Amino acid sequence: MRLLKLVPENTNIGFLRWQWPTTIVSTLLMIASWVLILTQGLNLGVDFVGGQMIRVTFTQSAAAPVAALRGEVAALGYGDPVIQTFGAPNAISIRMRLPQGSDKNATMADTMAKKITATIKAAHADARLDGVDSVSGKVSKELGWTAFQALGLAAIAISIYIWYRFEWQFGVGALASLVHDVSLTLGLFAVTQMEFDLTTVAAILTVIGYSLNDTIVVYDRIRENLKKFRKMDLSELLDLSVNETLSRTVLTSATMLITLIALMLLGPKVIFSFSAALILGIFVCTYSSIYMAAPILIWLKVTSSSFVPTETTMDRQERLTREGRP
Amino acid sequence: MLDFPRWKQLWFWFITLVACASALPSICSVSGLSWPSYLPAPRINLGLDLAGGSHLLLEANPDQVVSQRLEGMEESVRTHIRQSDGKVQIGDISNKDGALSFMVQDPGMVDATRDLILPLTSGAGLTGKRDWDIKVVDTTRFVLTPTKEGIDQAVSAAMDTATEVIRKRIDALGTREPTIIRQGADRIVVQVPGLKDPSALKALLGQTAKLEFKLVDTTANPTDVAQGIAEPGDEIVPFAEGAHGAATAPAIAVKRLGGIKGDQLTDARQGFEQRTNQPVVSITFNQEGGAKFAKLTTDNVNRPFAIILDGKVLSAPNINEPILGGSAQISGNFTVASANSLAIALRSGALPVDLRVVEERTVGPDLGADSIHKGVIAMAVGTGLVVLLMLVTYGRFGVYANLALIINVLMILGIMAALGTTLTLPGIAGFVLTIGAAVDANVLINERIREERKRGRRVFAAVENGYKEASRTIYDANTTHIIAATLMFAFGSGPVKGFAVVLMIGIVTSVFTAVFLTRMWVALWLRKARPADLNI
Repeated sequence: MRLLKLVPENTNIGFLRWQWPTTIVSTLLMIASWVLILTQGLNLGVDFVGGQMIRVTFTQSAAAPVAALRGEVAALGYGDPVIQTFGAPNAISIRMRLPQGSDKNATMADTMAKKITATIKAAHADARLDGVDSVSGKVSKELGWTAFQALGLAAIAISIYIWYRFEWQFGVGALASLVHDVSLTLGLFAVTQMEFDLTTVAAILTVIGYSLNDTIVVYDRIRENLKKFRKMDLSELLDLSVNETLSRTVLTSATMLITLIALMLLGPKVIFSFSAALILGIFVCTYSSIYMAAPILIWLKVTSSSFVPTETTMDRQERLTREGRP
Repeated sequence: MLDFPRWKQLWFWFITLVACASALPSICSVSGLSWPSYLPAPRINLGLDLAGGSHLLLEANPDQVVSQRLEGMEESVRTHIRQSDGKVQIGDISNKDGALSFMVQDPGMVDATRDLILPLTSGAGLTGKRDWDIKVVDTTRFVLTPTKEGIDQAVSAAMDTATEVIRKRIDALGTREPTIIRQGADRIVVQVPGLKDPSALKALLGQTAKLEFKLVDTTANPTDVAQGIAEPGDEIVPFAEGAHGAATAPAIAVKRLGGIKGDQLTDARQGFEQRTNQPVVSITFNQEGGAKFAKLTTDNVNRPFAIILDGKVLSAPNINEPILGGSAQISGNFTVASANSLAIALRSGALPVDLRVVEERTVGPDLGADSIHKGVIAMAVGTGLVVLLMLVTYGRFGVYANLALIINVLMILGIMAALGTTLTLPGIAGFVLTIGAAVDANVLINERIREERKRGRRVFAAVENGYKEASRTIYDANTTHIIAATLMFAFGSGPVKGFAVVLMIGIVTSVFTAVFLTRMWVALWLRKARPADLNI
């Protein structure tokens, strides 16, 4: 049987020839992402800002009657709702602020949810109530803080691990491509205004994991080649390493994308934004493992001698004894 | 490295079989098959997002515990001093700003008073501190302040009691398998799977059910009462919504002390008032409570007393005759449902603190079923396509990788079932991701073998080197995954945690299946077939 080769054998693509244009593009994209995140803001869900989210599916309709719903809910006098479809056009989430004083009197939030669902059910016969999330301001602050801690600590801990396993230049490179990948993924959420909730944090953490995974595979090969080809020019060596790992990079990305696209198209609609974020994340991570992680090593002047162990006093004594000198 | 002694092979198969076998009960239950009841049946719990149900996070107000302790201490001090046969006289008792203070009239009795009060305090757990701080200021004024250790201990005890009370109340509702756990210093998580409408549950948990009987101060000035001004020794209590008497006045003055608490009950049932057929709650006191109630009603015939629930007056009937039978009826503006709810609450005891819902998540059972269904389909399609891709890319080595992948999925399910972990929706996503990571390990290995062959290594050496070189990369990559997953588990909440659990288990099993198992299979095949070339 002839086996499939997604990448032809013995590729010799000069990846690093494009390092300057790609660096500029990456930097611009990162800046654009942050500008968007800071100006547009993320569409934070009730997990992080508190409030109430009611999920409804209109089982007999092709699309949810969003405009009609907006009027019906607003007429109840609790303020304007934020209504968004998620996953499918007939599934929506309605987000409301918690009524004033509900932190003292818990029944107020309850009454609001009851009134809203009753109104929707009365007006639309095929409305199916899928869930109610109600998060108080205090809890949402805590959830936001713990999510931030998890993200920050994960990034730092993993970079330290890479520093320990490789050299400091590699740690910096891994962290830089990590920042790049996470920024662009967050940028996607700012552009599309998809809801950013706790599940999304899990997606971002996965992007962090995958980003480093990809970077490590390339770095591992670079380290190996640095030891093997002492005299080779660094950019040539980086190109060689990227080419050698290219078919692995493509195949792994392909399998990840297959499973994620299946999850996005066929999976439960609640995790649609989760899968979408990861799909973008895989693309960005693959790109950055080549164009962010590798060139940084040139700028930080990694040399093959970085991996030659320095001689300790004990080694020196041993060598001198071996050489027959006292 | 390709040398596999028999004992090692047996171990690998044993681990694989045990882990996969414990996945069987869960698979049977999802696909509707029956699992023989005489076999052990570890099952994966489905999270509320998949099974449908309610998740409530309740929070207590620690300040309330402090004020209750102060009130309790005031009563204890009064009774203790009274028992000193008039040797010690105290006055100017005040209870404000988180401290209780009083004056001793005879300065010579300060030490005697201290000896009297000291037994009222005790050590705060194992902290080595006392639960109350006793100070004497201006020679005769005693100031009693609860210490931080004492408060912490009291809050903790109150939360333990509250957890028990909640369990009793939910059990009385007849819902199955609720999870009730304390979280942090002052929170309780309640999870009830399969509950469609949590409002009954919330009504039940929101009710502190602190029942009190207090005498009405009939001499109080109605205008003062209406303005909320209480005479010394009185307190103003508002009427409950729709209570009898609420139409004439918004609140009523009652004597602060000398009433009795409704915590000494043996039973509480919903019933009907015989004359009006209104829903009421019939309560039965235990012996001690019955005696106290009999004394209260005997001493105060023809005076009104207020029945107070959670700080609101339900009704204020006149005591027409002494009630000696140890049982009474509570009337109020009840419906059958609310009377029933109160009966359950009274039966299971009062909550030592008010609890309020700070987070609520309810998932309809339809959405949950939909999610499982779609999640399984997405997983099956994704896995199927990956299996196909591996097969056409690596041939025989792809078959090994695919076998490893399927065993990997079964092992994750099996270990989750054995550990009793909960599968949530993000967990399913974690599953999909683990499949990707497991395949990555085999891709790394197989690519490396390809390379080694291209460099002209012989078959055995190529395979051996391939595994050796790729393993280093795989360990490095998986360590970073473990770091991320551990932090997610430690700091994440809810969905993030569910994701992290699957990821952690998946990383371990994927290294076992994708590296160890495939290496064993390849080694056995190589030794048997001794191929001159590899089709890879």
